[in-house]
Amino acid sequence: MKIDIKLNGQRKSFEVDPSEKVLDFLRRIGLKGVKKGCSTGDCGSCAIILDGKIVNSCMLFVGQIDGHTIETIEGLGTIEEPHPIQKAFVEEGAVQCGFCIPGMILAAKALLDKKPTPSITDIRTALSGNLCRCTGYVKIEKAVLKAAKMMRKK
Amino acid sequence: MKFKEVNKNVNKVDGLSLATGRAKFVDDVDFKDLLIIKFLKSPIAHGIIRSIDTSKAEKIKGVHLILHHNNCPYISHTTAGQGYPEPSPYDTYMFDKKVRYVGDYVALVAAETADIAEKALKKIKVEYEELPSILDPHYAMKKNAPIIHDERSSTGIYNKKKNIAGHVKVQVGNVERALKDSDVVSEFEVETHYSQHTPIEPHITITYLDEKGRLIIRTSTQVPYHVRRICAHVLDIPEKKIRVIKPRIGGAFGTKQEVYLEYYAGRVTLLTGLPAKIELTREEEFLSRTRHPMIVKIKLGASKKGILNVIDMDVISNTGAYGSHALTVMFNAGSKCLPLYKAENVRFVGTTVYTNLPVAGAYRGYGATQGYAALEQAMDVLAEKLNMDPVKLRLLNHIKKGETSPIFAALGEGKKGVPQYIKSIRLDDIIEWGSKKIQWEKRKPYTKKTGRYRKGKGMGIFMQGSGIPLVDMASASIKINDDGSFNLLVGATDLGTGSDTVLSQIAAEALKTTTDNIVIYSSDTDMTPFDVGAYASSTTYISGGAVKVTGEKVLTQIKKVAAEMLKCDIKDIECENRIAKNKKNNKKKTYGDIAKYGLYEKNQFQIGYIGSHISPVSPPPFMAVFAEIEVDIWTGKIKVLKYVCGVDCGTAIHPKLAEGQVEGAAVNGLSYALTEGYIFDKKGRMLNNNFQDYKIFNIEDIPKLEIKLFPSYEPSGPYGAKSVSEIGINGPVPVLSNALYNAVGVRPTRYPLSSEYVLKLLEEK
Repeated sequence: MKIDIKLNGQRKSFEVDPSEKVLDFLRRIGLKGVKKGCSTGDCGSCAIILDGKIVNSCMLFVGQIDGHTIETIEGLGTIEEPHPIQKAFVEEGAVQCGFCIPGMILAAKALLDKKPTPSITDIRTALSGNLCRCTGYVKIEKAVLKAAKMMRKK
Repeated sequence: MKFKEVNKNVNKVDGLSLATGRAKFVDDVDFKDLLIIKFLKSPIAHGIIRSIDTSKAEKIKGVHLILHHNNCPYISHTTAGQGYPEPSPYDTYMFDKKVRYVGDYVALVAAETADIAEKALKKIKVEYEELPSILDPHYAMKKNAPIIHDERSSTGIYNKKKNIAGHVKVQVGNVERALKDSDVVSEFEVETHYSQHTPIEPHITITYLDEKGRLIIRTSTQVPYHVRRICAHVLDIPEKKIRVIKPRIGGAFGTKQEVYLEYYAGRVTLLTGLPAKIELTREEEFLSRTRHPMIVKIKLGASKKGILNVIDMDVISNTGAYGSHALTVMFNAGSKCLPLYKAENVRFVGTTVYTNLPVAGAYRGYGATQGYAALEQAMDVLAEKLNMDPVKLRLLNHIKKGETSPIFAALGEGKKGVPQYIKSIRLDDIIEWGSKKIQWEKRKPYTKKTGRYRKGKGMGIFMQGSGIPLVDMASASIKINDDGSFNLLVGATDLGTGSDTVLSQIAAEALKTTTDNIVIYSSDTDMTPFDVGAYASSTTYISGGAVKVTGEKVLTQIKKVAAEMLKCDIKDIECENRIAKNKKNNKKKTYGDIAKYGLYEKNQFQIGYIGSHISPVSPPPFMAVFAEIEVDIWTGKIKVLKYVCGVDCGTAIHPKLAEGQVEGAAVNGLSYALTEGYIFDKKGRMLNNNFQDYKIFNIEDIPKLEIKLFPSYEPSGPYGAKSVSEIGINGPVPVLSNALYNAVGVRPTRYPLSSEYVLKLLEEK
């Protein structure tokens, strides 16, 4: 089937097998920032923003995203011009191996887009679907708080 | 000591490439005609394969190759990525006609897609003769127990008939007499549990042939050079035919110090000529490598005044079906714990046994975590018997600056160790700080309390090591570029720890330049010089040492060229901030000028050097941990109210990254202590090999953490640095256990401290 999606700000059409997982589809078209950690919806490494909400792309079929808006880490910032959340994560030392970080940053973005002044509880709830084994989450929490501040100033 | 580039929070050199999703992990490069490899796994814990029929599977379109014990060479090896010769037994084969745990590899299918491979696996017919199995380490050494490794070709096994993979007994002084002479003796036994590293990126490896027909292994590993050596051995080809590339790695924690996938993919590629990929599923990851569960028994004897006179430690370590790191992890339960306390009489008896359970291996903490689970509880048991504050007992007995322990020399890494004296230690300062943070003075020994929620406090002290002395070798290569920047090539493997950043900082400090003028590359066996790899808390200390030595040599070359250019004596040249100057007349040359002169103008040569480093000692980092918990006696649930942890890692080359190591290890340890654990059925099948049933902490689970570094200066380390990455995981199990006893008067001996278990302890009380 053919799907039309808004992917990282651009309208695009793809000829797809509707039963392919969105995770595999996105990686296949080159968006390698979407990571595969469990394929069972438990770790959040493959998280993407679908119509403003954070979802695990391993739990979705391509047929389900027709007509929807998708953001992946590739749609945020670049190395030259990072998004404030990306900048804050690096500055706070919240990035260790970095495998969970694309999903973590997208979860933070989905939160901060809706709630520019989040509480600690808001941050923890928003990021609770993203597992990280390196950092112990301490600096991730700080980074999200810092990013919120940076984004409010903008 | 004043530093310019180290001891500074520069931005992680790969931070933005990771945060923008651009960094390339193993799977982030596309390969044409890639074969996907899937394994057929043993459904039984112990048995003989009587027959294997692959004829139906072979007929499926898209299946390229099926390998099993009848068509694969039978070469004994160890999967432990350790220095050569490895101190682990050679008891593993690509495929064997015997299976030794549920999940053991029986065959592999290489096919065009994962679906085809899975379909083919279902068509392979295997007949097993089931054998009696050992699912309990206590049973392994019993007379009537089955023998797990009866094959003649396996070597380095301590006692095959008794299922003993490794054994050691050392004694200093006279333990029996000292126990009799002690005023107070305490005894404590604990059994630690199966757990897994769960890196968020599961094991993955891709192999292919380059245009010259060499085998390229792109893999998620901590030990590229050990991968090359072990694959050369198992595939029976010379090292020169193999190149191992380590791209970005999505966490490892010891489990990627194993070499057990690369040669399967390598063989498929060598036989088919096609690229091949193995990517473990999360379920398979749980059955890859684990932490050695241990039964640790400790006897302590002390005088009435609380002076420790004797430590007697007995360890039975369960290595599962194969002996990866079998000897050394068990050794470390003694060698990384016992020197912490001064006692004249010390005995360590360690035995590693085989069972028909998942294979254990290296895991952050490497045996010390299991050893401290017992030692730091035994110290509390002794303190109670002495009617003494646990903090005071530790302050009285822990090793101090300038002191040594006979254990340093007696116990090493599978063999004797090396003697060493403590040159840097801030343990007393950390204990003082931690006591204040947790308000230790308000803590009272356990007395019966009332009410549903009961609070308690616990503490413990810890050490680890920094590399393996006289064994671990690292090297680095530095060369100058036209613009005065430098390429730094290291075999050290950044797994997410930040070592690329830390090593760049060390290079910059040594070369009198800035970190952003260091272009680091790690690790690739064709390009980067040798390094044993990232394990044993060695990277900052050993690889950092190599980078420092190399940087200093290159700096001397820079000075020599500058002296030639400025027509002065090399002794008059001073370098700072990328400029060499003649301090007599203040004439200057930039590093760019010097590089260009050396490359193009006169007496041309490449300014550059490859330096190596080993260390005769392994200076321990030290840590004290305090925690306050609240126990719900209706449900048995433990809530950690506060977790306080101070670490002396010498100079922190990058304080934020060092803190991050401690935070990550602490949370990993808290999760290990409270929620993580394997559940097996009666047949040895793991029942909870997924993230829903095997619970690792998420961001909502973390308690209030206070983590602080206490800098000291370790003279043998690069710019005073010691290690930091492992020690943090040792704290939670004993400290929360001590707090549990303080809260409700029950002492746990099993883990995790789940609600069910705590409730059971309370009911039994």
